[in-house]
Amino acid sequence: MDFLIMNEGFPLLSTIVFLPLAGALILLFLPGENVQRIWAMAVTSVNAAISLPLYSRFDLTTAKYQFGEHVSWIPSLNINYTMGIDGISLLLVLLTTLIMPLCVLGSWTYIKVRIREFMICLLIMETAMLGVFMALDFVLFYILWEAMLIPMYLLIGVWGGPRKIYASIKFFLYTLAGSVMLLVAIIALYLKTGTFSIPMMMGQEYASNFQIWVFLAFFLAFAIKVPMFPFHTWLPAAHVEAPTAGSVILASILLKMGTYGFLRFCLPITPLATLSLGPYILWMSVAAILYGGFTALAQSDMKKLIAYSSVGHMGFVTLGIFFLNRQGLEGAILQMINHGVTTGALFLCVGMMYERTHSREIADHSGIAQNLPIFVSFLTIFSLSSLAFPATNSFVGEFLVLAGAFSVNKIIAGAAIPGAILAAAYMMRLLQYVLFKGPGRPDLADLNVREIVTLAPLLCFVFWIGLAPEPFLSVMHTSVDYLIQQVDVAKTAQIALNVVP
Amino acid sequence: METVSAATGDIVTTSRLVWALIVPLLGSFLVSLSGKKPNLRESFSIVSAVILFSMVLSMVSPVLAGKTLYYQLFKILPGVTVSLRADAFSMIFALVASSLWIAAAFYSMGYMRGLHEHAQTRFNTCFAIAIFGAIGVAFSDNLFTMYLFYEIVSVCTYPLVAHHQDEEGYEGAKKYIVYLTTTAKGFLLPSLALIYVMTGSLDFPHNIHVGMFPADANSALVTMLFIFCLFGFAKNGVMPFHHWLPGAMVAPTPVSALLHAVAVVKVGVFCTTRVMLYGFGVDLMNLLNLGIPTAYFVGFTVVMASVIALTKDNLKARLAYSTVSQLSYIILGVCLLTPHGITGGLIHIANHAFSKITLFFCAGAIYVATHKKNISEMSGLARTMPFTFGAFAVASLSMIGAPPVAGFVTKWELLVGTIESGSLGILLVLLASTLLNVGYFAPVTYKAFFGKRPPGEPFEGIKEAPLSMVIPLCTASLISVIIGIYPNFFMNFVKAVIG
Repeated sequence: MDFLIMNEGFPLLSTIVFLPLAGALILLFLPGENVQRIWAMAVTSVNAAISLPLYSRFDLTTAKYQFGEHVSWIPSLNINYTMGIDGISLLLVLLTTLIMPLCVLGSWTYIKVRIREFMICLLIMETAMLGVFMALDFVLFYILWEAMLIPMYLLIGVWGGPRKIYASIKFFLYTLAGSVMLLVAIIALYLKTGTFSIPMMMGQEYASNFQIWVFLAFFLAFAIKVPMFPFHTWLPAAHVEAPTAGSVILASILLKMGTYGFLRFCLPITPLATLSLGPYILWMSVAAILYGGFTALAQSDMKKLIAYSSVGHMGFVTLGIFFLNRQGLEGAILQMINHGVTTGALFLCVGMMYERTHSREIADHSGIAQNLPIFVSFLTIFSLSSLAFPATNSFVGEFLVLAGAFSVNKIIAGAAIPGAILAAAYMMRLLQYVLFKGPGRPDLADLNVREIVTLAPLLCFVFWIGLAPEPFLSVMHTSVDYLIQQVDVAKTAQIALNVVP
Repeated sequence: METVSAATGDIVTTSRLVWALIVPLLGSFLVSLSGKKPNLRESFSIVSAVILFSMVLSMVSPVLAGKTLYYQLFKILPGVTVSLRADAFSMIFALVASSLWIAAAFYSMGYMRGLHEHAQTRFNTCFAIAIFGAIGVAFSDNLFTMYLFYEIVSVCTYPLVAHHQDEEGYEGAKKYIVYLTTTAKGFLLPSLALIYVMTGSLDFPHNIHVGMFPADANSALVTMLFIFCLFGFAKNGVMPFHHWLPGAMVAPTPVSALLHAVAVVKVGVFCTTRVMLYGFGVDLMNLLNLGIPTAYFVGFTVVMASVIALTKDNLKARLAYSTVSQLSYIILGVCLLTPHGITGGLIHIANHAFSKITLFFCAGAIYVATHKKNISEMSGLARTMPFTFGAFAVASLSMIGAPPVAGFVTKWELLVGTIESGSLGILLVLLASTLLNVGYFAPVTYKAFFGKRPPGEPFEGIKEAPLSMVIPLCTASLISVIIGIYPNFFMNFVKAVIG
């Protein structure tokens, strides 16, 4: 257990994971819609508050998993309840706990039927997502990974738009197909090592052929989740049909599971395969960036536009990961957070408009700047953040990814640049319509206090990360360095292997 | 205040620079809040302009004493900060932009009210933010800060270009934003990343010789970055990325005047020349032989834009192409890489600003008084609008480069610089451009003073535009003459830059 720093005293991680679940159980018995809303809000807010010590008590000097918890679960199969977080998962955990209260706030009036069930789904979802980022045992991870599917399926299928059944089934099938491959990979690794402990699977010298197959199985599972082109087609359908909170969770957190998987599993467990297949994935990332950009440019539906922009933005994340250097990896992790903040905020904005106009078409919102100045100010800032305007969060992430990319391969880095131009193009196009073209909508009311409170925290993060990212980057340094070291060890071993015979 | 000794004089850390940025930003905020009271709104604009100008003026004496004012606002990454710097080079542009904002604030009050324009609050707000961006560019200490404010200028001038909100406005604004963001994202963003990878920092050094690059930098890569920076700051109007500028002329004339003769386009040339002199450095440009070829390249823009200007009957379009041509003078001068060449280029930032804003002010005054946009319809108007056309004549002499108006100083320095560098071709470019300037400015003045009114269009009802327009335009043309006769005020800064 030398990879784990055990948590002394209060089991913080387990509390954070299971508090929403406990809240969901109590919610079963609460009467009255407003009571249910307030309860969900209270549970998610308390969870956000108690997750903050994770940051303040986080040890920056070690790459080990912190706040560790270890309980034997099924000893005959060597399955344990092991949890811990490092510099890669810390920010994702915090992003999850901080975004959930905003999801509840954003659904306050949006969801009109089955409030209790909706909030229960959100809370179960939170438990599963947090668990995925914290689990250090593969069986635990897999159970939570699969557990996310059901509440998400329900969120889309019950509270979604007109084509909700199609979208939810598509989402379910795609992700399930990936998960099956993940399960195969897990069992293969178990048979090799006799353990389900994720950190103990790292640093083993698997045969390179075996690594390739395991990597491919991992890759399929995670690439669908990211989603990487060409596995992305479930995403626009799911986003368009999902209710606001569903879209926010999808964009802000669920997509990060894929890239988190790359960082947690592909790189340290199968480093040789990462080295040999990485270049192909870089080109796939470039394809995703360009494809996402071009497709977003052609959308007339705001949610679809943002959904395709996600494909492009996540392409930058995978690009940063597979260059395997510090700037690229840190940029990628930061970009995961940035995308969560910015795209989540954009979906909240679209949801607020949908409540007013019952339309997601850009054309139905043209010229609303004169009627809804507060809303349009928020939308403008989040759009600028999305196109990586300097001094906003996405710029720092994108710049780090590009710096990492240019220091390794100038051609691939240069090929991704048109993606940055396209991001500016589709966001400016959206803004041009919303700000200017058209007669405006005098019948619409501007944002109310609840909606401003929903968006304001995200706005703070846009500028905080954009202007002073050091608090966010500093937690990553040690873990990212260790990750690079894990890959480098394999690289040296491989060279040695090639030289000896 | 703490003083740190540096190789090139003293670096003084002072928050005065931040206040100079806060003033226009706060001004824009107050303007946006006071939409219902036009008089209060306009006074906010004018008061912020005056305060800003006086703050910039207060920096003149420390800078001329050899000090560099500095302030770091945010640290983004190691080597990437948001930092402000006022040195001699930034003062040239900061003085021009802040002083002309006062004139433009008065002028736009007359113009916008005279034409009963809509959305004046949005207009004034964006105008103030644009000045905020321009001052930020002038005071930027590194490439990142420069890029940040450059993009702010692009975004907040978009509503100004699209002001009329008709098809023509949208087309012009679309072209404007597409050209400017595409070049910025496509050329500048990779340049920033590459320079950061190569040098680990984006800070400009404190003199024009050393540049940012290490001695062993790959020369092909540096040349590519140089080209990227020339095209990336597309606000400089260098062909082939100049089309946004004539397109942006659909904007109301005060916008064309301040932004597209002064703030926006000067942001472009300021960034270009700042990056050339401080980013790449004279030594490296000499070593890689980047100067003269670039001078020839922008020389094409100088001549070609003048030829196109000849063909335009719309006065603002003619002025727009004249701007394209004149902006390249500045880059051309700097690219000569001789002391006189650089002097001629940099001094033209100020000279062109005062003269061109006069010309645009006149075009706007003519439009408000007569609703005429085309030169062919302006025959004989000088008899009823003597001040406007008088100012126009003076400013066009400056564009041509005739003494004693400001443009002469530029042309003199440029010609000396050309001879110093020994490139005959550039000399021919300058002479040809002078003749072409005469070709497209002289007929305007001649027709206005000596032409006959077309039949059926009498003089009745035509009189000078409101005083709030005529006074700024006369002032600006007067300043053109003054800095032509006493060029030392700006020349001191240029000399300090060259060192």
